[in-house]
Amino acid sequence: MKYVDEFRDRELVKNLSEGIHKITTREWCIMEICGGQTHSIMRYSLEEFLPEEIRLVHGPGCPVCVTPLEIIDKAVRIAQRDDVIFTSYGDMLRVPGSEKDLLSVKAGGGDIRIIYSPLDAVKIAEDNPEKKVVFFAIGFETTAPANAMAVKEADRRGLKNFSILSSHVLVPPAMEAILSVEESRIQGFLAAGHVCTVMGYEEYLPIAEKYRIPIVVTGFEPVDILKGIHQVVLQLEEGRHEVENAYGRVVSLEGNIHAKKVLREVYEVSDMKWRGIGNIPLSGFSLSGRYDEFNAENIFDVGDIQQQESPLCIAGEVLQGLKKPGDFPAFGKECKPEHPLGAPMVSSEGACSAYYRFKKSETGSETESTI
Amino acid sequence: MDFTLNCPIPISEYPYITMAHGSGGRLSHQLIDKLFRPIFSDEQLDAGHDGAILPTVSGRMAFTTDSFVVKPVFFPGGNIGDLAVNGTVNDLACCGAKPEYLSVGMILEEGLAMEDLWKIVLTMKQAADLAGVRIVTGDTKVVDHGSGDQIFINTSGVGCVREGVNIDPSACKPGDVVILSGFIGDHGVAIMSAREGLEFQTSIESDSAALNGLVDAILDASLNVSVLRDPTRGGVATTLNEISKSAHAGIVLDETSIPVRPEVMGACEVLGLDPMYIANEGKILVIVPDDDSEKVLRAMQNHPHGKDSVIIGQLTEEHPSVVRMTTSIGSSRIIDMLTGEQLPRIC
Amino acid sequence: MCLAVPGKVLSIDDSNAGLKMAKVDFAGVVKEVSVQWLPEVEVGNYVLIHVGMALNILDEEDALETLKLLKEMGEFDAELGKDGW
Repeated sequence: MKYVDEFRDRELVKNLSEGIHKITTREWCIMEICGGQTHSIMRYSLEEFLPEEIRLVHGPGCPVCVTPLEIIDKAVRIAQRDDVIFTSYGDMLRVPGSEKDLLSVKAGGGDIRIIYSPLDAVKIAEDNPEKKVVFFAIGFETTAPANAMAVKEADRRGLKNFSILSSHVLVPPAMEAILSVEESRIQGFLAAGHVCTVMGYEEYLPIAEKYRIPIVVTGFEPVDILKGIHQVVLQLEEGRHEVENAYGRVVSLEGNIHAKKVLREVYEVSDMKWRGIGNIPLSGFSLSGRYDEFNAENIFDVGDIQQQESPLCIAGEVLQGLKKPGDFPAFGKECKPEHPLGAPMVSSEGACSAYYRFKKSETGSETESTI
Repeated sequence: MDFTLNCPIPISEYPYITMAHGSGGRLSHQLIDKLFRPIFSDEQLDAGHDGAILPTVSGRMAFTTDSFVVKPVFFPGGNIGDLAVNGTVNDLACCGAKPEYLSVGMILEEGLAMEDLWKIVLTMKQAADLAGVRIVTGDTKVVDHGSGDQIFINTSGVGCVREGVNIDPSACKPGDVVILSGFIGDHGVAIMSAREGLEFQTSIESDSAALNGLVDAILDASLNVSVLRDPTRGGVATTLNEISKSAHAGIVLDETSIPVRPEVMGACEVLGLDPMYIANEGKILVIVPDDDSEKVLRAMQNHPHGKDSVIIGQLTEEHPSVVRMTTSIGSSRIIDMLTGEQLPRIC
Repeated sequence: MCLAVPGKVLSIDDSNAGLKMAKVDFAGVVKEVSVQWLPEVEVGNYVLIHVGMALNILDEEDALETLKLLKEMGEFDAELGKDGW
């Protein structure tokens, strides 16, 4: 594929790897915020190309992992209803709720449909006027405007049977939350390229300044990620802490102003609970009052759900970069992709699942090994 | 196939399957006499027994069964009918057997269009003729509307195992070579392109094909083949994991050698899927000692269903039961089994 | 987090003012997506698509320049300055 394959080039990877080796003089700890980057790092074993001194820590940028348990439970409750068609991105179907996941609801007869685009959910609502169509609108700043477009489009078409169960999270407040934890060892960030395609990277400037930490915006292909790491290490070695854009082919300082306008129109910034991490002030979007009639939480009675997270799971510390998945005694034993205790074991980009799938047999044994 | 012929059951009379078509009464007989029997046209079916009566064979026999549920029932490059015939033919061929006879069990959902059933049955006959197998016995049931998904088909098959062949994954050894018969992921992507909610336009068609001819060519070239497998559900990754576990050997693949069409890669990139886990219905994985690999490869490449065959990897002593891949950028990655079906993802 | 893929715009349909659409080709797979946020988009542009929305037009010049510099990085084994690339 054009503009993808070129960034998976063996020679460029080698050049960057040598470049990073050459400039690295001491240990550095770098977090990639975005789960998509975690996936690429595992998929291509990019750590093989880095000097031992560079430690990569996987961040919380996986909407599947941080969508709060209570929202999953609400989704399960709504999807079980006979009068509902529940539409969702494929990612969310295996995420464990307190009692079950959406895939089990589907098995029990719930009408759950995987969609590619939020606009597909609007079409399903239009085609099924006798049903209430609910869209599970999750995601970071990249996905939020697309989800918002579905609301706007349903409004424009005058659909009364469409609503969204909304759970949107924002990257910069999460970065600040991670940096303000005392034990945090993160010295540099790879910022999430596609979030920045929408939002630009202005909002990272004060973070880099306040915490004196280099932030490099980068993409998802091996060459992009190594280029980002190279620029972070170069800054660290030179004692700089700037925001740099290593993903210039799609990211600009101001981002996409039209998409940002849709965000402002449909959502307001609100406090948000992150699964495994807790409440982070002003770290999410919720539907603005103007679009109240599209809020599934208002339409369905989902107020009083008792939630229960597995006491064994250390997902929160993993997501904040305080622990590695292998530090967890249940990893690969009680907690496996087949029966995940926490969300990071579910998503293919979740740190735990990525570790399990791509690294589990470093020792050669089949399933019982740890990292 | 000639669809200008008319469906033998007057559409004006019964445009859809009804419960009565499975009742055993007059309409059941009409379905058998006017649709199944004339199309499948086999003396065993004409005899009207409860089962087929077949001559005994000397030597070893292979026997297999497979059920087919596919959504949508019609997809680019085929339908559930040829899938059901080819699937069982391929399972027999992968036992090293020459497929001889098939049974066909159909579960029809009330409301299935008679015309669709007719097209499916015609496709089955055509696929059986191409593969050189006979459909000698069958059964039909009808379930209430909502209790099925248009049509489910089970096919079982028997065949004679070729003299001197011993398909046995535990017999493969480190150093043996893994050969793949062509491009991966075509079937799964063709199905997805037609699936509600994911629709996209592509020229990709299902690779559904009977592979017994290709297997004959392989076994003509070497009787030392230890594994023949068609990587259907779960794709090449899942099948190789199964093989490496039965063989207690590691497998190392070279990513750059694995043929994936650009369109299949495009669909995978867009939907967040890995072609290694996508279903194939007309491909085969062969494991053969290194000494015989060149002649087997050449024999495969000379067969129409194997013209894009390549060596994709080798069995190793290291990392028993683990499949590893040397990635396109030169690093090493584990190719694990998936927990469930691959779902399209946004992250 | 967010899977987004570049594809080439084949045609643009702006009959719906609130939701401008386009056919986009991904290596032979064609999908209909919205280009509502890219008023300046033209047929032939590469656009970055996430869940059916085009997020930006890909700057082909920037991409080629990056690739060129990274290739030279090996050839010349050059000292990398502060702005490097």
